[in-house]
Amino acid sequence: MKKSLLAIAVLAAALSFAAPITASAKDITLLNVSYDPTRELYQDFNAAFSKYWLAKTGDKVTVKASHGGSGKQARAIIDGLDADVATLALAYDVDQLHEKGKLIPKDWQKRLSHNSSPYTSTIVLLVRKGNPKGIKDWDDLVKPGISVITPNPKTSGGARWNYLAAWAFAQKKFGGDEAKTKEFVGKLLKNVPVLDTGARGSTTTFVERGIGDVLLAWENEAFLAQKELGVGKFEIIVPSLSILAEPPVTVVDKFAKKHGTEAVAKAYLDYLYTEEGQEIAAKNYYRPTLESVAKKYESQFPKVNLIKIDDAFGGWQKAQKTHFSDGGTFDQIYQK
Amino acid sequence: MSATATTQYSSYRNKVARSRATSEPVWIRYLLTTIALTFLTLFLFVPLAAVFTEALRKGFDTYITALVDPDALSAIKLTFIAALIAVPLNLVFGVAAAWAITKFEFKGKSILITLIDLPFAVSPVIAGLIYVLIFGIQGWFGSALVDNDIKVIFAIPGIVLATIFVTFPFVARELIPLMQAQGKDEEEAGLVLGASGWQILWRITLPNVKWGLLYGVILTNARAMGEFGAVSVVSGHIRGMTNTLPLHVEILYNEYNYAAAFAVASLLALLALVTLALKTFIEWQVARNAIQHESA
Repeated sequence: MKKSLLAIAVLAAALSFAAPITASAKDITLLNVSYDPTRELYQDFNAAFSKYWLAKTGDKVTVKASHGGSGKQARAIIDGLDADVATLALAYDVDQLHEKGKLIPKDWQKRLSHNSSPYTSTIVLLVRKGNPKGIKDWDDLVKPGISVITPNPKTSGGARWNYLAAWAFAQKKFGGDEAKTKEFVGKLLKNVPVLDTGARGSTTTFVERGIGDVLLAWENEAFLAQKELGVGKFEIIVPSLSILAEPPVTVVDKFAKKHGTEAVAKAYLDYLYTEEGQEIAAKNYYRPTLESVAKKYESQFPKVNLIKIDDAFGGWQKAQKTHFSDGGTFDQIYQK
Repeated sequence: MSATATTQYSSYRNKVARSRATSEPVWIRYLLTTIALTFLTLFLFVPLAAVFTEALRKGFDTYITALVDPDALSAIKLTFIAALIAVPLNLVFGVAAAWAITKFEFKGKSILITLIDLPFAVSPVIAGLIYVLIFGIQGWFGSALVDNDIKVIFAIPGIVLATIFVTFPFVARELIPLMQAQGKDEEEAGLVLGASGWQILWRITLPNVKWGLLYGVILTNARAMGEFGAVSVVSGHIRGMTNTLPLHVEILYNEYNYAAAFAVASLLALLALVTLALKTFIEWQVARNAIQHESA
């Protein structure tokens, strides 16, 4: 009696586990592997795209999402996490999909406009209400006694943008003196008590656990913290100089081909560039690239003096090699 | 005769109770009790209470909504699937290993014992990475798996494998000392009387160790459902597909959805409480059996 009950229970479990697989066969499932702070953006966007695609083709698309530090996510795709589209924090991580995984062509970034970045962002400083430590610019972050929160550049895309923004500021301040720039960034890193693996982890450390005086954050993440987590608890400080962050998107050709989802995956990314897609991005505090939408949300985004990675660092490949690869400036500075 | 013995014994007990060696000054007793209780309160009751208050802070409706959310349900299902596969396999393995180690002499026995402890010794992250190295598409069997369209990591099989790896010592570790203490006299007696191998296993060995076995299974199950590190590495974190309960808690927390995160966490806390209750019950049973044995 007991044995047969057990058998039924096991069978029931097995059936309930098998059922959704057969049911979803006629629906389309896309997997979007993304970086950390885009959770809210893609939650909204996926719902909008499903609706749009259903109306256009009659097919039901379910977009599954996976989020984490950008470098970590790229690594997972290379190891076999079969994403149809990758929407990561920076071009270098997407480059890896070509170099280490041979999953996409080398010229992937030319396939969509604006360097395949449908939205952009930048790095700002988030401080506690009233700015008790009087933080105005990057200069203030190296002062003794200031606790700075930023994630680990080895795993987080946001952290790499943070690091490069600080580097660019110091470079300008010291007129390109490399030793002094390094010393400046080193002092800044000395003020960092915890290096989380992703941008979201850092935001939680700063906002929820109350650690640190200033958070180096994606602009969208800073807005989210300020407007939706602790209304009136935080202030955004726009530094005198920051970096134009271009988080690129791509179809992961090899996996999409295998799933037979190339067309939907491409349409999914194209939809990011449409007016609807751009509106959703702007509402989630990403800077839209489409002129008309950018104008509409102009007042939302402060004017910042933005440098470009290609101009200041010679592109991501070079920046990664100089600063974040093993033995790069980050290792040299951080291990001291 | 026996009456005098009893009186003698009780007067001896009284002497022991009153002797200085066993009765500390009152303040030390109170101090020790206070320290123990404060520790318990700080590190056990407060966090546990915090989980449940946070979970219910936005009302019972929010709590239920968080638990019946499709992603949460799929996490619960996946967690049960992983446990349903890992626990029976580890049960069989644990009994076989304990049997081999305690009843037979063979070369390499101490190596086997050490290997069984390996999952306790290595970090769960490494346990996860091992499977990425073996089954990832850049790994040893990567291209073979891709050619045959088999997914191991970032899918359910990988999660099950990682769970089995981190939980496999529990049953064997519970059984080995128990079976060593019991020795092989009863089995030898059974053999002399003409019992077959299976009869010895079912009628002598297993009944002797049943409580230890059950305890091992409960621990295995608790760890299987609660495992975070190893599973996190091989999961891929696809919500609604490859998230187990602990991973789902992390995701909700990272999405500032604290009430839901704690609601799901409270399920895991409940699991821990049930485990504790079962453990207490088993210990009570074992103690009762021991007393019966002695009086018999």
